[in-house]
Amino acid sequence: MRDRLILAVLLAAAIALPWVATALDQPATTGVATRIACLAIAAVSLNLILGHGGMVSFGHAAYFGLGGYTVGILWEHFRLAEPIFGLIPGSNQLLVTLPAAMLVSGVAAAIIGALSLRTSGVQFIMITLAFAQMLFFLFVGLKAYGGDDGLMVRRRNEVPFLDLRDLNQLYWLCLGLLVVWLYFQHRIVRSRFGRVLEGIRQNERRMAALGVPVYPYKLVAFIIAGMGCGMAGALTVNYLRFVSPDLMAWQKSGELMIMVILGGMGTLLGPVVGAAALVGLEYTLGAITEHWQFILGPILLLVVLFARGGIMAIFGVRRG
Amino acid sequence: MALIAEQLLNGLQFGVMLFLLAAGLTLIFGIMGVINLAHGSLYMIGAFAAALVAQQTGSWWLALLGGVLAAAAAGMVMELVVLRRLYARDHLDQVLATFGLILFCNQGMVILFGRQPLFVDLPPAFAGAIEVFPGVPYPSFRLLIIAVGLAVALGLYLLIQRTRIGMLVRAGATHREMVRALGVDIRLLYTLVFGLGALLAGLAGVMAGPVSAVQVGMGEQILILTFVVVVIGGIGSVRGAFAAAILVGMVQTMLTAFVPGLLRGVMPASEADALGAALSSMGVYLLMALVLLIRPRGLFPAHA
Repeated sequence: MRDRLILAVLLAAAIALPWVATALDQPATTGVATRIACLAIAAVSLNLILGHGGMVSFGHAAYFGLGGYTVGILWEHFRLAEPIFGLIPGSNQLLVTLPAAMLVSGVAAAIIGALSLRTSGVQFIMITLAFAQMLFFLFVGLKAYGGDDGLMVRRRNEVPFLDLRDLNQLYWLCLGLLVVWLYFQHRIVRSRFGRVLEGIRQNERRMAALGVPVYPYKLVAFIIAGMGCGMAGALTVNYLRFVSPDLMAWQKSGELMIMVILGGMGTLLGPVVGAAALVGLEYTLGAITEHWQFILGPILLLVVLFARGGIMAIFGVRRG
Repeated sequence: MALIAEQLLNGLQFGVMLFLLAAGLTLIFGIMGVINLAHGSLYMIGAFAAALVAQQTGSWWLALLGGVLAAAAAGMVMELVVLRRLYARDHLDQVLATFGLILFCNQGMVILFGRQPLFVDLPPAFAGAIEVFPGVPYPSFRLLIIAVGLAVALGLYLLIQRTRIGMLVRAGATHREMVRALGVDIRLLYTLVFGLGALLAGLAGVMAGPVSAVQVGMGEQILILTFVVVVIGGIGSVRGAFAAAILVGMVQTMLTAFVPGLLRGVMPASEADALGAALSSMGVYLLMALVLLIRPRGLFPAHA
């Protein structure tokens, strides 16, 4: 009961944020909050395999970027009014581009996951990184879609009954999708599927000995995480109105992992708190000095070395 | 023909450069079981220290010494302060902690040296070119890199196979607990191995200085390729690191040299160059994925 009350208060505060920001004459805050909401969707997704499945993927920025590029490329073809390969028409409708982004990143995650999950341990970390790097360099080389320079998306996608050119409405949309995605994760983790996944994290060999086919469970979780990152990327590109290979650089994969750890791995709200903390640190330290990474680096180090369980552990919430 | 010979030498030069980094990384991986993303930072520190010494003294040989020592010292400090606490942790913690180290080192270098790339002059004795094959002049400094790389490979082989320290290193890679139980000061051994790895990374950085610009972020560019080398070669195996480094160096150089030319036959030149560069960058990762799918433990697995 107390948890639900806290959740309701947090949600109400998040919904009220744009009005408070306007009232306090800090309109930039809504933009920051939009970024946090998008990144939180990606971090929550990554938490499913990292925190609940024990799979250390160092390449999930790839699906983030793929989702973003799906929006960018569909917009580009919509603008030029010429179908992709003469077959698929472009689109500026979010109801089309968002599912398309999730489909594309889901398919990519299915292929990459099916191959990567044959390995484990360090090799798994490195092979997921290798596939992400391949996609990164592919988009650097695709001159038709801007290559290194990236692609402008001049207008945000359209949604019935909403006007995403109004930043507040985009923020509420991202927040709404984050809440839906959190509820979905909550249900997954508590389902039989989630239990099996947790069992695999704790002892994969024992699960296999119990007769559980481990591989398909891991693969499905990997795909769900990829699709979530794709959705996050699609929303991010709508916010930035720009997509470039930087979205899928390996540092981004590292940042997503940091959000999960910083907030608290294997907890529901941990990744959201982690995303907010990392972006918040970036802005506050960035306001103090341009060399904010010089301070952020040691902070991360201290969190990893001494603060097991992340920020959520401070509030007494741990994996479980 | 002359072009192919030149590209082979370029591939070999890039390969030994990767080996200098991969040798240390694979030893650290194999013996301490720690993923050190900050290995590229040691490479960068070596390069910057050498550039600084070269600016101050004008002597490339003093710069070589300075760069190598600075990297080794930085590596040992890193081990004593941070990495020592990570040996017992899982890979995830190691990746994140050393990621934090990268941010710290990169930004520290920006504070000290700024964002402008530094350029280092060639040592005068190696400023010219030598005709390796008839009609193929090749810069003698790049030949020096190849020679240094091969000498280090030979030296490491002798050190690991023929000396008492090497024996401990080999034993530590396969039976860590047993070595400790036999009364070897394993912490000192770890610090020394880490220092050696850092020294080799610094050496690579010093050698890279005159060939490419010295700038912040240079470490990460090569770090990921180094990991590819280590994983292809088999984690913990210096022999594997050598074979994989030469393989990766050759594949990368050959693809970069010839793929854009092949693509120009079928598409406009500027697009062919961009796509060719992308495809050749992807090639190495494709190679790694293939190797891991066929031999999940790499070409020369150390813990057989």
